[in-house]
Amino acid sequence: MSLLDVHGLTKAFGGVVAARDVTFSVAPGELVALIGPNGAGKTTTFNMVGGQLAPDKGEVRLAGEDVTHLPPREKFRRGVGRTFQIAQTFLSMTAAENVQMALMSRHGEARALRPPAGRRHREEALAALERVGMAGTADQPCAMLAYGDVKRVELAIALAGEPKLLLMDEPTAGMAPRERAALMTLAATIARERNIGVLFTEHDMGAVFGHADRILVLVRGEVITSGRPDEVRADPRVREAYLGETGAAVAMRATQKRA
Amino acid sequence: MDLSFVVIQILTGLASASSLFIIASGLTLVFGVTRIVNFAHGSLYMLGAYFAATIISRLLDLHYGPVSFWCGVLLAALGVGALGVVMEVVLLRRIYRAPELFQLLATFGVVLIVQDVVLKVFGPQDILGPRAPGLRAPVEILGRRFPSYELVMIAAGPTVLGLLWLLLRKTRFGVLVRAATQDREMVGALGVNQRLLFTGTLFLGAFLAGLGGALQIPKSPATPRMDLDIIAEAFVVTVIGGMGSIPGAFLAAIMIGQLQAFGILIFPKVTLVLVFLLMALVLVVRPYGLLGRPEGPAPAHAAAFNGAPRPWGPTERRIALGTVAALALLPLAGDAYLLKVATEILILGLLAFSLHFLVGTGGLVSFGHAAYFGLGAYGAALACKHLSLPMELALPLAPIAAALGAAVVGFFVVRLSGIYLAMLTLAAAQILYAVAFQWVEVTGGDNGLVGIWPSSWASDRTIYYYLTLAFSVAAIAALRHAIYAPFGYSLRATRDSELRADAIGIDVRQQRWLSFILAGSAAGLAGGLYVFLKGSIDPSALGIPVSVDALTMLLLGGLQTVMGPVVGAAVLHGLKDQIMPLTDLWRLFLGCSIIVLVLLFPNGLVGAYEALRLSSTATKGAASARRREPDGAQSRPRAPLEALARSRASGAGGETSKADETV
Amino acid sequence: MAEQRVSRRAILGGLAAGIAAPHIARAQGQGPIKIGELNSYTRLAAFCIPYRNAMLLALDEINGKGGVLGRKLEFVIRDDGGTTGDATRVAEELVTRENVSMLAGTFLSNVGLAVADYANQRKMLFLASEPLSDAITMAQGNRYTFRVRPSTYMQTRMLVEAVKDKPVHRWAIVCPNYEYGQSAAANFKRLIKEVNPKAEIVAEQYPALGRVDAGATVNALAQARPEGIFNALFGPDLPPFVREGNTRGLFEGKTVASLLTGEPEYLLTLGEETPEGWIVTGYPWDQIELPQHKAFVQAYRARFNDTPRLGSLLGYIVVYMVRDLIAKTGSLDTEKMIATFEDMAFDTIIGPVTMRGIDHQSTHGAWVGETTLKGRQGAMKNWRYVDGATVMFPEAEVRAVRKA
Repeated sequence: MSLLDVHGLTKAFGGVVAARDVTFSVAPGELVALIGPNGAGKTTTFNMVGGQLAPDKGEVRLAGEDVTHLPPREKFRRGVGRTFQIAQTFLSMTAAENVQMALMSRHGEARALRPPAGRRHREEALAALERVGMAGTADQPCAMLAYGDVKRVELAIALAGEPKLLLMDEPTAGMAPRERAALMTLAATIARERNIGVLFTEHDMGAVFGHADRILVLVRGEVITSGRPDEVRADPRVREAYLGETGAAVAMRATQKRA
Repeated sequence: MDLSFVVIQILTGLASASSLFIIASGLTLVFGVTRIVNFAHGSLYMLGAYFAATIISRLLDLHYGPVSFWCGVLLAALGVGALGVVMEVVLLRRIYRAPELFQLLATFGVVLIVQDVVLKVFGPQDILGPRAPGLRAPVEILGRRFPSYELVMIAAGPTVLGLLWLLLRKTRFGVLVRAATQDREMVGALGVNQRLLFTGTLFLGAFLAGLGGALQIPKSPATPRMDLDIIAEAFVVTVIGGMGSIPGAFLAAIMIGQLQAFGILIFPKVTLVLVFLLMALVLVVRPYGLLGRPEGPAPAHAAAFNGAPRPWGPTERRIALGTVAALALLPLAGDAYLLKVATEILILGLLAFSLHFLVGTGGLVSFGHAAYFGLGAYGAALACKHLSLPMELALPLAPIAAALGAAVVGFFVVRLSGIYLAMLTLAAAQILYAVAFQWVEVTGGDNGLVGIWPSSWASDRTIYYYLTLAFSVAAIAALRHAIYAPFGYSLRATRDSELRADAIGIDVRQQRWLSFILAGSAAGLAGGLYVFLKGSIDPSALGIPVSVDALTMLLLGGLQTVMGPVVGAAVLHGLKDQIMPLTDLWRLFLGCSIIVLVLLFPNGLVGAYEALRLSSTATKGAASARRREPDGAQSRPRAPLEALARSRASGAGGETSKADETV
Repeated sequence: MAEQRVSRRAILGGLAAGIAAPHIARAQGQGPIKIGELNSYTRLAAFCIPYRNAMLLALDEINGKGGVLGRKLEFVIRDDGGTTGDATRVAEELVTRENVSMLAGTFLSNVGLAVADYANQRKMLFLASEPLSDAITMAQGNRYTFRVRPSTYMQTRMLVEAVKDKPVHRWAIVCPNYEYGQSAAANFKRLIKEVNPKAEIVAEQYPALGRVDAGATVNALAQARPEGIFNALFGPDLPPFVREGNTRGLFEGKTVASLLTGEPEYLLTLGEETPEGWIVTGYPWDQIELPQHKAFVQAYRARFNDTPRLGSLLGYIVVYMVRDLIAKTGSLDTEKMIATFEDMAFDTIIGPVTMRGIDHQSTHGAWVGETTLKGRQGAMKNWRYVDGATVMFPEAEVRAVRKA
């Protein structure tokens, strides 16, 4: 059985259809990439799956349960972790506290009145940071971290909820090229280790074709094709609509590197 | 109701709407460009009225005729516009990078100064200006007389709207104004032009305020109290219309004008509360006003002041213990009056601290914190008066009454954000104020309730002081506990990033709602202690000045510090107590002190202390931070503000991405 | 400017004395007799500064003649901030730091009531000079509080007496929306029905204090087609109401009874707009022929280069009342002073005034007459002095509502 089933998601903003009848699924441990040109409806789809945006039509099922209209916080409880296009962390807290906050929430302690919060689940948080390579800056406020590090912290936060499904909206946006590859590899490795299903969007074709098990191509709000990376790369509609010649070359290289 | 009456009443309402719009348009314009909520806008309006009343009389003595009159109006408005420029250059320019609340505080300092200056320059007597030449005689409309000046006023509103439209659409200045209003980040990109733009905007805003005041002169006198009378209403108009939206302000002014004209026919006593009721209703239905747009992300520098509560080190712990010990020993050293002032400071410290819980930790700027203070005070007073409960039983009712009120208000408030949230809290406080004011049978109306003294065992000043000390310190300690507990962390999480908080399972609204209730009950306790200290209570405890005082205290102390508000309470109240008996000009001194403090200590007094402490350990810290840089990190470390800006930029979440996707 | 300098010096002097010798003053030996005075000098400067001027004038006169009980009489003057919270703190400062023998002052009703209650709690004599609220001497009255100025009830009753013979049955009421206005309206409704059973109230308007929407209010009143209008608007609300009313013809052919409008505080602002023939309570300071009063006016004008207001009269009378009270009591003991004060007769510059014992309300009256325009200034004509004693609350009523 698949982990995430998305069926017929549709959303329009004042007459402009941002997503039309989007249907796909994600299996546990599977990395699915959502690609498409700017304005294709990737983030809209993402936000509908994540619960930040209510779809006009269609449904989202998580392990068989209808979660279409649940808010993000409820989806978190059902095992959905998420990172954002522009990293969302608690800037006034240290890296460790950020992860601790997620852990407190997961353990239902978010409203506890007994201080100090800074000591709860600290070991677990440090371990999580260690896993994303951030152990050294655990006690730095997030506001002081380099952006690439903030992205890693955000990944650690998302993982702290022990997600079954991880949603990553452009996980490498705004990072230096070498950092991107490292982060993407890290996320993919952890996901496979823990059998987490991942849905991600990405502009970096190297990251997409290098890591995705399956790729969905979104153009003007509609899924025009989906399949294994080599299938998608070969699809002439994709070349025409999106990849272009250079993109195709990058995709080719990335797929070959994997093989 | 015959037709002619209805027509006349509509026209009258339109005339009031026009003058309201002219004033509010300046306020909304200034806010749109500079994001400063200019509290002193009412003072500029007052100055416009005084200038006009004096200038026009002189001009009419020289030459009686419409030309003199209208020249006088224009001169007065230009004069006020020039003062707006002075205000921008001398004060506002220095604080654009300060948090919004600080700017509000600074403009409030200006209000105090102008009040005393006006009194000195123009004297205490109200000044009734002349009527407009050529417009003295009424015109006949459907058999009823109608002042011809009112017709001019009716035309003035749309004229100003039209001229502003032309200015904003057809000039380069207008393009810049619109760009700045729509996108804050744009303002920074303007570079050199920014200064000119801001100065120009302040001139225009002040000009409009002055024009509003000057046009009022043939109708009502210039009085030293008209600044605060108008500012609340002008705020309401801008908020109902949507902050920054000039057509919105026009629409809102017309609604208010008509409501006022017809409302008084049905409920003659509704005058106090009508506009605030309307604002509350509009905000509940449309969280950004009629024509407003969701507020863009807050500028990064504003957010940067919302720091993290640092746990106390040994020094702070010693200071805290020492302070409590000194307070406990105070009755041995101080006289009865010192004890009274100290008791008041403790109560205000608790009030400010409870507000700080919302503002500092939660990022929820409550502009109507007096509501919970007053609810607590009235809760205890009513229990004492009507249920004849002794203090021991009435006092616990204070936090309960306030918590209930905060629960109801908070339910609506947590759905909003930013300035709209602040204004809804203000509306709630004003509605409660009006209830206390008007429900004479129960609350004693504006005379209030008297004779609410402590039980005999506690009536001694020293004992009541200890009682207050115990309750305040306990409540502050409890709130401080909450700040360092997961509860406070969760609240801070909702402040730092709503999206992230939601995505890790925190119910943002509920968290804020619970915090509202907690902070409200603490403020209510302060109110309960206050009423037994004073022996009486009246609606002023629910009034805007109490809310403003509380905000001032926590800003003086420092927004991003934990104990700042208590220090701020001591400084502000102590200052007031020292200055008031010395001189009639105490508002002038208070206003100047506030401005100086804002300029010298933009992080508040405790903030300055923290900075001092940090700088002494900075060298060490920076070195170790660099060493701990992970090998994998390739990108250059960003300046923290920049990182913050990025994060904030996506604050609108769905909205931002929506725009991305559809364009 | 002259008055400002003088007054500030007096205050600063008082303060300096307070700082220099707080503990010596406690002994109350041969130092000055201190009276604590608090009023809204900044918030209601137009009313309170003339009041303070006259107090300083009276004090200089008294001390020039040797003071009282062989000691100097001193008023320690403070701003009450215009709020009950500030006022009670200031009162506490006067009592505990300045060690004053009694309190006096206040303008706003809520402040007056709060200070009265404070005085009751601390067993301190309080002479309320300006607040009008009936409650100060009635429902909320207490043993320690006395009042000089004729109350809302008394002044309303004066007006009702003055209009009772007019053939006016349909009345409209317009009052500011706060205690003074509400109780003026309530008093008027009650009293007009007592003198004219056929009277009916056809419209009521309660604009917010300082924010009257004059056009709409005038229009609403006119719509009810009243024959008479009872007005309690004052201060900044009065001129717009008068202007709109004049322009729209509201007052034509109608009887207008208006509280306080004849006081110079309001006539001065109204100036040329002063309506003709309103029946008002007020203070025609320039026409009162009593020699003592003329001397007061002359001295006041000479010293402050300004004309006296009603506040000036009250300030002057308050100081002399305090002097007479202390002189007659022969001590500063609060209980003894209260005993003396009750039913004590004073010979003031406006004639005899008694402090009625059962409600602690003085019989200080007011002048009832018609408004008129003299040149470009408003004035009163056809006035007569109404002794407060003739319009006080009936004794039975006082006994019913006053607990003590």
